[in-house]
Amino acid sequence: MSNKIETIDVNLHYGDFHALKDISLGIPENSVTALIGPSGCGKSTYLRLFNRMNDLIPETRITGKVLLDGENIYKIKANKIDALRRNVGMVFQKPNPFPKSIFENVAYGLRVNGITDKSFIEGQVEKTLHQAALWDEVKDKLKKSAFELSGGQQQRLCIARALAIEPSIILMDEPASALDPISTGKIEDLIFELKAQYTIVIVTHNMQQAGRVSDYTGFFYLGSLIEFGKTRKIFTNPSKQETENYISGRFG
Amino acid sequence: MTHLDSELTMLKADIIDMWRLVLNQMEKGRDALTNFDRDLAEEVVENEKRVNSYELKIDKDCENIFALFQPVATDLRLVLAALKIGNNLERIGDIAASVADFVLDADTDFNKDILEHTKILEMYAVANEMMADTLEAFDQEDTRLARTIFKRDKILDKIDEAALDRVEESIKNYPDQVRNCLLVLSMIRKLERVGDQSKNIAEEIIFYFEAKVLKHKKKKKKEGDE
Ligand SMILES: Nc1ncnc2c1ncn2[C@@H]1O[C@H](COP(=O)(O)OP(=O)(O)OP(=O)(O)O)[C@@H](O)[C@H]1O
Ligand SMILES: [Mg+2]
Repeated sequence: MSNKIETIDVNLHYGDFHALKDISLGIPENSVTALIGPSGCGKSTYLRLFNRMNDLIPETRITGKVLLDGENIYKIKANKIDALRRNVGMVFQKPNPFPKSIFENVAYGLRVNGITDKSFIEGQVEKTLHQAALWDEVKDKLKKSAFELSGGQQQRLCIARALAIEPSIILMDEPASALDPISTGKIEDLIFELKAQYTIVIVTHNMQQAGRVSDYTGFFYLGSLIEFGKTRKIFTNPSKQETENYISGRFG
Repeated sequence: MTHLDSELTMLKADIIDMWRLVLNQMEKGRDALTNFDRDLAEEVVENEKRVNSYELKIDKDCENIFALFQPVATDLRLVLAALKIGNNLERIGDIAASVADFVLDADTDFNKDILEHTKILEMYAVANEMMADTLEAFDQEDTRLARTIFKRDKILDKIDEAALDRVEESIKNYPDQVRNCLLVLSMIRKLERVGDQSKNIAEEIIFYFEAKVLKHKKKKKKEGDE
């Protein structure tokens, strides 16, 4: 399996704070990679490299290479950044629907990208709401505001929104941390289904979730990548004592 | 100590207690045979229930740890090893009780020459030593000691293989002890299995500790490098 994403000697500073230290890592295509590690270790920062979201944070300095399909995304022309962000969908920890109807939330990305074909948009909205395991709950109230949904439903709406524009990479930053076990289960099943077509990188604080959903796991600590490998190996016999301490809850 | 650590410590303690009980059963079985002590044989048969309840307790504890703590890595290996070791110990307990049952089937005491000639006492000595050493290996995290179990199992196999001929010879030498000779053959067939169970246990010990030991070594080396 080839690497969809690759980072080579990446360092990131927020002002004079060294948040990512020499991260070299290849993320295989059509797989799920989980990033784990204690709060503040740099998981979200690392994730935001791939859609250049860190660029939006002032005083951020990035060195090294971030390759997406072999191309260094920090060397592309400014007018190609939008296309990059379309190709890399993101779901955040807190659901952040737009102040629009349920339907429009999902259709938004398509409209912004200039798609006007009404039946295509309708088809795409229904398809991705199904994929996000939300359709049955919202099919009769698509015109209602997204804010009328529960937190878990809003999160699945955001997943549908990310899927609608058919990116090839999906980044998920603790997507299930606010969800009940049933919604969490649905999202995990969805992740499992999606990996046939997408490359998924998920940040999670839930070790069992990382074990269940991912093929590969990377353990971060204090801005460094301590260990990366097959999830099965990491959770049964990690090579680093720090990893073992973390996954078995004996940290610090 | 984390909550999981205290559960694992208790699990280990239960395994070790069960181990001692089973070893004790084996030793009493041997004594019942050599001294033709029927009361002791009865006691061993009776105690078999205690061995079984230990196994059930260990199974239950492991089940709870899986369900409540979802152990990973070394912790996971310990729980898996505990389950299997508990199972193997229970089988050794069965064997100890079967031998005691055979002792109760005898009408007269066992002729010392027969016990010598068939090597059943040597078999007991090796088997009990294997049990004591696997226990020590588990308790002291000594995988080198665990590895010495495999060649000792071969001693038991040899005695088992030669048993038919030796028992036949004993029957010829002591025609009045035919029944006891046949009982000794049955006992030897049982005791041979203790070697296999001990081998399984040794494998579990290596499985459990080796990953841990390797990791600890790596860590030490790294610290030394710095
Ligand atoms: N915009 C920012 N400006 C300055 N420092 C930041 C900024 N964002 C993050 N940091 C710092 O960088 C480090 C890594 O933060 P990051 O959000 O990547 O951690 P994380 O691993 O995602 O943690 P969590 O699990 O709590 O979400 C932290 O020490 C954080 O304080
Ligand atoms: Mg984060």
